[in-house]
Amino acid sequence: MSTTDTHAAPQREIKTTEASAVVVRFAGDSGDGIQVTGNQFLTTSAVLGNDIASFPDFPAEIRAPRGTLPGVSGFQLQFASEDIFTAGDTLDGLVAFNPAALKVNIKDLKPNGVLILNEEEFAERDLVKAGYAKNPLEDGSLAKFSVFKVPITTLTRRALEGTGLSSKETDRSRNFFALGMTYWLYNRPMANTETWISKKFKGEVAQANMTALRAGYAYCEATEAFHERYVVPPAKAQPGKYRNISGNSALAMGLVAAATRADKPMFYGSYPITPASDILHELSTYRRFRVTTFQAEDEIAAVASAIGASYAGNLAVTGTSGPGLALKMEAINLAIMTELPLVIVDVQRGGPSTGLPTKTEQADLLQALFGRNSDSPLCILAPRTPGDCFHVAFEACRIAMTHMTPVIILSDGYLANGAEPWQVPKVEDLPPIEIHHPTEPEGFAPYRRDERTLARSWAIPGTPGLQHRIGGIEKQDVTGNISYDPENHEHMVRTRQAKVDGIAAEIPPTQVHGAPSGDVLVVGWGSTYGAITAAVNACQAKGLSVSSVHVRHLNPLPADLGDVMKRFRRVLVAELNLGQLRMLLRARWLVDAVGLNKVQGRPFTRAEMQERIESMIAGRETT
Amino acid sequence: MSTTPLTKKDFQTDQEVRWCPGCGDYAILNAVQQVFPELGVAREKFVIVSGIGCSSRFPYYMNTYGFHTIHGRAPAVATGVKLANPELSVWVVTGDGDALSIGGNHLIHAMRRNIDLKIMLFNNRIYGLTKGQYSPTSERGKKTKSSPLGTVERPFMPACVAVGTECTFVARSIDVQAPHLKSVIKRAHEHRGTAFVEILQNCNIFNDAAWAFMTEKDVREDQQLVLEHGKPMIFGKAKEKALRLRGLALEIVAVADVPESEVLVHDETNRALAFLLSQIGPPFYPTPIGVLYSVDAPTHDEGVTAQLDEAIEKQGPGDLAALLNSGDTWVVK
Repeated sequence: MSTTDTHAAPQREIKTTEASAVVVRFAGDSGDGIQVTGNQFLTTSAVLGNDIASFPDFPAEIRAPRGTLPGVSGFQLQFASEDIFTAGDTLDGLVAFNPAALKVNIKDLKPNGVLILNEEEFAERDLVKAGYAKNPLEDGSLAKFSVFKVPITTLTRRALEGTGLSSKETDRSRNFFALGMTYWLYNRPMANTETWISKKFKGEVAQANMTALRAGYAYCEATEAFHERYVVPPAKAQPGKYRNISGNSALAMGLVAAATRADKPMFYGSYPITPASDILHELSTYRRFRVTTFQAEDEIAAVASAIGASYAGNLAVTGTSGPGLALKMEAINLAIMTELPLVIVDVQRGGPSTGLPTKTEQADLLQALFGRNSDSPLCILAPRTPGDCFHVAFEACRIAMTHMTPVIILSDGYLANGAEPWQVPKVEDLPPIEIHHPTEPEGFAPYRRDERTLARSWAIPGTPGLQHRIGGIEKQDVTGNISYDPENHEHMVRTRQAKVDGIAAEIPPTQVHGAPSGDVLVVGWGSTYGAITAAVNACQAKGLSVSSVHVRHLNPLPADLGDVMKRFRRVLVAELNLGQLRMLLRARWLVDAVGLNKVQGRPFTRAEMQERIESMIAGRETT
Repeated sequence: MSTTPLTKKDFQTDQEVRWCPGCGDYAILNAVQQVFPELGVAREKFVIVSGIGCSSRFPYYMNTYGFHTIHGRAPAVATGVKLANPELSVWVVTGDGDALSIGGNHLIHAMRRNIDLKIMLFNNRIYGLTKGQYSPTSERGKKTKSSPLGTVERPFMPACVAVGTECTFVARSIDVQAPHLKSVIKRAHEHRGTAFVEILQNCNIFNDAAWAFMTEKDVREDQQLVLEHGKPMIFGKAKEKALRLRGLALEIVAVADVPESEVLVHDETNRALAFLLSQIGPPFYPTPIGVLYSVDAPTHDEGVTAQLDEAIEKQGPGDLAALLNSGDTWVVK
């Protein structure tokens, strides 16, 4: 390996500035390796001990035309020495690989923010593709930022001279050059990424990426223009072992953990759909845990096969996004009718219809609750952070198998692809999931119920003497025989409802973040947790009377939630839809809640949340 | 369980059978109840999965495990059952509407995968439970409640669809010909992989006598070609007619007119032949019954099981703590 003078002491004064939190975004074409670059920075920062949060934001097209605005892929992350809850509202640093990336992202960069540009991508035709009439590098429009115009392409090619790689090949290492620059700028060690490169790539490609990374670092070290570095010390976290985890990965592991603690083989039936496919990918590598993944011919077969696997005694799960959930509903009703355990993962995305496949939204709550024929109750849970996806997945499996009911998990694109540091749970801290399969023919009846949970018995095929038939036609309670009897039907409808309602008895008391009473209570669910908490903290720091509640159990709702809301003068329900939870809360408790609603395919910012709360408290707004 | 041999009675349930009097489904139920005790499978290992339609009431009348699912989805549900517990003997009961219309996708993909399911498709060429609309196997021009001027759709030939998916076992039998039906069901059970059996079944209410042209006693010999592996394809009251290959088509010849060597001999393993046989029928040809096609091929469920076993063998059984601690970790003190 060629040794450049990477670590030679620079002959100039370099100022080091300490910051408690920094927000950086990498942006470029979807083929530029933006997600890889961002993830490397994120992992390195996590391993350094910073609190981290990320927001990958990429187009639905795999390779949109190069250099165009729709093709811009972004990866934003915040790393901090304090507790953070979001990937940040505005940017301290922006690395833009081309004019289109600059144009899409520059509005988010703070004044004096660091802006790193590949100046070689600003030729006339690049500017035209991005819709620039004048070259922003020359027209003074970037004057308020700390701009570094760097010939990244040439520098990368030069660093890789003599490797025998073509310029087309060396250009693929440009993202590592840029990553190296940001490592210098933000004082990050390269070791973690070097290890990753040597595992991920082979031979000369690994060597090229490694060299480009170091060359980028060395370039900043050696170049006069770079005279300020930033330091973000480690965050204070609870003692323990941590790892960086994305929502989809945490969810997959939560399912496997539940299967293991229930001592059950697991079946995952799924049809590829953004942004849920990564769960299928990850689970397909867990064969050693007796996880069977089945890529079905369609969404319906995915859920139907899971129902079959549940009937045969597996922990059965199906995963999808909103459009797929719509297709699964008839089959989910079969699981409700036959009272079989089933976990349905809906990684929500912008809709309706195909909508915004790669963007986030929380607009499937009412679909999950009501999108089936007849009175058809099931349990709904929502994770609040990427790491929480693990615990919610585990809880969903537990409820499904111990209450004999389908459970829908409402994750979303933001949680699925976002990442955070996650304290690795100890296996022994995960409660065992105890399941009873009847084996005794004497007195057996398929719809005989547990007195407490109303769960019917889960007798599985292969058990001698317990042969029985189930199906979608209404059943006589206890015997499970077909019954069209009017009184029995009402009894069964009410029993299915009572069974799901009864899960509320297991929901822990609602935790209020802040004072138990006051002016404003912000109620949220799912991935808005970060923005809500950050905004509420900021308001509380200003002395405002604001608290928040984050609902994990969306059906049944926590029984005490109504009382909690009554202790506040105003209730603000913040969600990425037009007011779905708000409608449910108003209907259930006649609470005069107002909504903060946003449907842009993007998460809330702390600022917009805070502004709304402050305006409510200042009385600038009436219901 | 008791070790005394099982009998037909062991497979009957206490449920009142609610098919119309005279329905062909009774005969099929009777045949299945007679065959199952002879298969050497414990009663609790049978699972019968059905969709929606008259035929799909079948599981309620069989004292095995049974799952009456939703319209068209039985093959998908059955796939989950089989993958979850490959030791079960999983049977699908379906009809022409259930399997070939609303459930067409699941049917073809189950057969494509060669998962070890036994699929019995009761073909009565009509929608019975919804009271008489044309089905995907109704003949063109058929007048029904939903096609008063005659349907302008062309029908599927179920066996031809099955051969087209490369299903590894394709057979056809008839509700009222119990000995033949029982032998075909037995063969389906013995087959490893997806076994598709089309059972020509009479709906005496909405499409009576749909198969009479070949099931009436006086026309059977002329209208049925009973296939047997390795046997010449000869039919007719006096065994006077035979099939021979002419170019890429089948041709009916008089046995007396051709040398024996020219008469086609049935070869279950010949897919091209199966494809030809799956398409012939009235008005010019007899309708083949029996096993049209049967080959051995790797099955989906065995493949899945092998991957699970191999992973455990190579990597050891899953260690949850190791999984949770995988990737880049760091310790906060």
